[in-house]
Amino acid sequence: MASTVMNRIRLEPSRFALHLAVILIVLVWTLPTAGILVSSLRDKNLIATSGWWTALTTTVRSAQSRTKGPDAQVEQGGKFVISGNLFEGADGPGVVKAFGTRVAKPDEFPPGTVAAYDDGRSLTVNVDGSYVYTSPIKLEGTGQRIFYMTSVPPKFTTENYNTVLFSEGIGRAFVNSLTVTIPATIIPILIAAFAAYALAWMKIPGRGFFIAVIVGLLVVPLQMSLIPLLKLYNATGVLPKTYLGIWLAHTGFGLPFAIYLLRSYIAGLPRDLIESAQVDGANDFKIFRRIVLPLSFPALASFAIFQFLWVWNDLLVAMVFLGTEKEKSVLTYSLNSLLGSRGGNWEILTASAFITIIVPLLVFFSLQRYFVRGLLAGSVKGG
Amino acid sequence: MTSQIFSAFITVLIGVGGCIGYFYGSNALLDRLLPIDASNDARVVRNLKLQSTIRPWLFLLPALILLVIYLIYPVFQTLWLSFHDKAGDTFVGFDNYAWALNDQGFRTSIFNNFLWLLIVPAACTFLGLVIAVLTDRIWWGSLAKSFIFLPMAISFVGASVIWKFVYDYREQGQEQIGLLNAIVEFFGGSPEVWISLPFWNNIFLMVILIWIQTGFATVILGAALRGVPEDTLEAAVIDGAGPFKIFWRIMVPQIMPTIIVVWTTITVLVLKVFDIVLTMTNGQWDTQVLANLMFDWMFRGGGDFGRGAAIAIVIMLAVLPIMIWNIRQANAEQKGGH
Amino acid sequence: MADIKLTNLNKSYGAVHILKDVNLSVKSGEFIVFVGPSGCGKSTLLRSICGLENISSGVLEIDGAVVNDVPPSKRGIAMVFQSYALYPHMSVYENISFALENQGLDRAIIKQKVEKVADMLQLTPYLTRLPKALSGGQRQRVAIGRAIVRGAKVFLFDEPLSNLDAALRVQTRMEIAKLKRDMPQTTMVYVTHDQVEAMTLADRIVVLQAGRVEQVGTPMELYEKPGNVFVAGFIGSPKMNLISGGPAERAKCKTLGIRPEHLDVETKASAGAIAGVVEYAEVLGSDSFLYVATENGLITARQNGRTTHGNGAKVYLKPQNEHIHRFDDNGQRIA
Repeated sequence: MASTVMNRIRLEPSRFALHLAVILIVLVWTLPTAGILVSSLRDKNLIATSGWWTALTTTVRSAQSRTKGPDAQVEQGGKFVISGNLFEGADGPGVVKAFGTRVAKPDEFPPGTVAAYDDGRSLTVNVDGSYVYTSPIKLEGTGQRIFYMTSVPPKFTTENYNTVLFSEGIGRAFVNSLTVTIPATIIPILIAAFAAYALAWMKIPGRGFFIAVIVGLLVVPLQMSLIPLLKLYNATGVLPKTYLGIWLAHTGFGLPFAIYLLRSYIAGLPRDLIESAQVDGANDFKIFRRIVLPLSFPALASFAIFQFLWVWNDLLVAMVFLGTEKEKSVLTYSLNSLLGSRGGNWEILTASAFITIIVPLLVFFSLQRYFVRGLLAGSVKGG
Repeated sequence: MTSQIFSAFITVLIGVGGCIGYFYGSNALLDRLLPIDASNDARVVRNLKLQSTIRPWLFLLPALILLVIYLIYPVFQTLWLSFHDKAGDTFVGFDNYAWALNDQGFRTSIFNNFLWLLIVPAACTFLGLVIAVLTDRIWWGSLAKSFIFLPMAISFVGASVIWKFVYDYREQGQEQIGLLNAIVEFFGGSPEVWISLPFWNNIFLMVILIWIQTGFATVILGAALRGVPEDTLEAAVIDGAGPFKIFWRIMVPQIMPTIIVVWTTITVLVLKVFDIVLTMTNGQWDTQVLANLMFDWMFRGGGDFGRGAAIAIVIMLAVLPIMIWNIRQANAEQKGGH
Repeated sequence: MADIKLTNLNKSYGAVHILKDVNLSVKSGEFIVFVGPSGCGKSTLLRSICGLENISSGVLEIDGAVVNDVPPSKRGIAMVFQSYALYPHMSVYENISFALENQGLDRAIIKQKVEKVADMLQLTPYLTRLPKALSGGQRQRVAIGRAIVRGAKVFLFDEPLSNLDAALRVQTRMEIAKLKRDMPQTTMVYVTHDQVEAMTLADRIVVLQAGRVEQVGTPMELYEKPGNVFVAGFIGSPKMNLISGGPAERAKCKTLGIRPEHLDVETKASAGAIAGVVEYAEVLGSDSFLYVATENGLITARQNGRTTHGNGAKVYLKPQNEHIHRFDDNGQRIA
């Protein structure tokens, strides 16, 4: 391997710097995605007010509260005392890091110590939030304000996902995406496999011409097809904005790559196998069914993944051929329109975004090998 | 909703069944019409010849039909439409093209596309190469590559949401929730509305595509690098060349064909991408690109097919040199191999 | 009956003329070997008989019927490929039964036939295995089993031993010889570039060069009476010495041929002996080969056991008269 040779050469940057550099690059690459994952699980108010990176660690935040009112005061040893707990009635127990008597300095006194007011009153707040407020004279009015610093542990919620799935129509869009993607992945495979075998092993006049056409079509931009197809679909009257229409469209658009990938693989199968089957009396259809197709599984899997990801992530074809009504919109379109209508609500956007990307991520991670192989097909050329 | 799932399931069944049915059926029909079990040897020979002439077309037919309808016919039709008015009825010659040359939106798009074409393929290829080399030399290289590669699985829209969040802007004084502004503030700068900065907003949009496509470059170039024969490197070491010299003078030239493939593939993609611009800015603040512009005109005011088609043709012309190059490469390979 | 007859067979790929006017008659049950250097057309000839290549002109008859346009599966032939061409995703059973399926036979009958063949080739314990779980020798037997099960009258072998290492090659050669003995009714056409295989297995050998048949004969015929200079130099290892100049003129021919094993190495000059100096002596244990530089070129001589002559020794090489071969200006044998 080339790497072992390079390793033998002594380099200026040390191995440590190398690892560091790669870690840095990986970090830069994953932080944006991590950002929305973390945000989607946060409380919506928190998202809007603090960076998501703060959510991962316990932060210290200033807060204020009031002691109980004068009704709760008790006379003890000549003084009037109100005692209680700052966190009573709140979301749950908390931790007091410091407290103070003035709003400008909520961290003046460590917990457990006594803060003295100018007029003889005193206040003690403990770590667990319990406080003792003492006054030489009877208290009146409302409870005394206490300012303190509290640590906020990371708090996560799945509430956003609830909202998004059921009230914002993302759940529906998820099913729509599935409905579009699965047939649009399976059908091209069949049609392309036959065509690929024909172009690889059967005698066709002008075979080279067909292959050149396929290669050319690989780069034709989708934009070229949209307007004429839209006109055509509208003319037939039956296809616009139907699932059938978009399935056919994706099949058509996916065929060049499918045929290219599969043909390349099938042509690489050992010639002996095909000839042996011919001598054994099998016709081309049988050879295809019994020998070529089973042996082409890796290439079929590669294409399937590619097509799945491409269709699932597609926006343009969906907008043009399926339309934009709510019932039929796919995930990509829904996400896009959410950006317009709920642009400020990051809790909705992040959760929706994550839902759109979770399926491709799972597919990608579990079948990475085939995805990479599909990419490499025909891309790596010898010197 | 269940009825939708059901109908999708039925469709898959019908679609797949239909395909299988067609292939089995047509082949069986061929075998029936031109039997080869007959005792008449001359007939057997003739039928076999006929069979092997006809059968390839049976295999090829569905694909051909679909390709013609969905890709070949539209190319010509778009060309035709570009010479007609918005509804596609009246012939207007080169009017649409003349309009385009003078339209501000079009000119901005051309300029921006030019920028994108200049920067994105180069950045992806260069970064891809660097990362491929670096990750190849550490034990957790494959894992690292997966992370670089991961954004490829994400839709452009999803990526745009992710990066819009990164670019988010709050006024100074408020806590920043966008990563970029937080970093800028941390280093003492002041937050900006990145996606509306003149000229530089294009770069910020490009970052998204670079983020997505570098993984592609990394994987392909990584594979190519691994294919460089070790002897050439060893010979260079014995000849006394240092690591950088080996990289630039021995490794890179040997993978140049692959570098070209990566560069051209990304270039074609850059011309086609419209989701990013649509989602992030919809072309505002001078970020418009041709793909988005075309989409705009397809539906604006009921749809102006003439102008939309003209823009599509411009995109096609930009892609043409690459297409010709690819076809010539494929033909050369055909002659050499199977 | 399965005789093969080729009459004026020609094959061209476009402008390239591969097989030139091949005439050959193979008797039923014969084991015939096509041999020749790389590119001589032996594989093309085999594939033409098989039906994998089209014949440009001439007639191919198998068992009395003209089969030029008949597809391979209908010619009554079976082929064993160089790489065995076993279907990697099918078990041994399925590999062997595949051809029978195409004939539309009943499953019970197929099972019967496959098991019989497996038994014959000692493959019964491996019937459920995939090819990748088999050794090289076992794979070869499966390839042969496929051919046998079809009941074909003609077996074609395309360099079946090329992919094997030396030890396995000898073993498999013996197995093919055994097959030949066990199936005397089956005509076998065998292609190789290795003349040892040809000499040991063949009933008759066809020597090919540049698409032409140079000579057809039994191994001994080719060894003792090579028809031209090419065949003389091809058969026999080390190569026959082909000497022109003085010794040839004295024998009244253009080229004189004498095999290394038919040269007596002497230390004293005598009539007809060729003088020379040993350039290099190879001692192999059982034989020794002396490469002697003479005024007529480098001559190879064989001696039994260990030679007493070392590098630089002066020797006289005397050809044994009864083993001299004489060739005329056209390289053809003079009787």
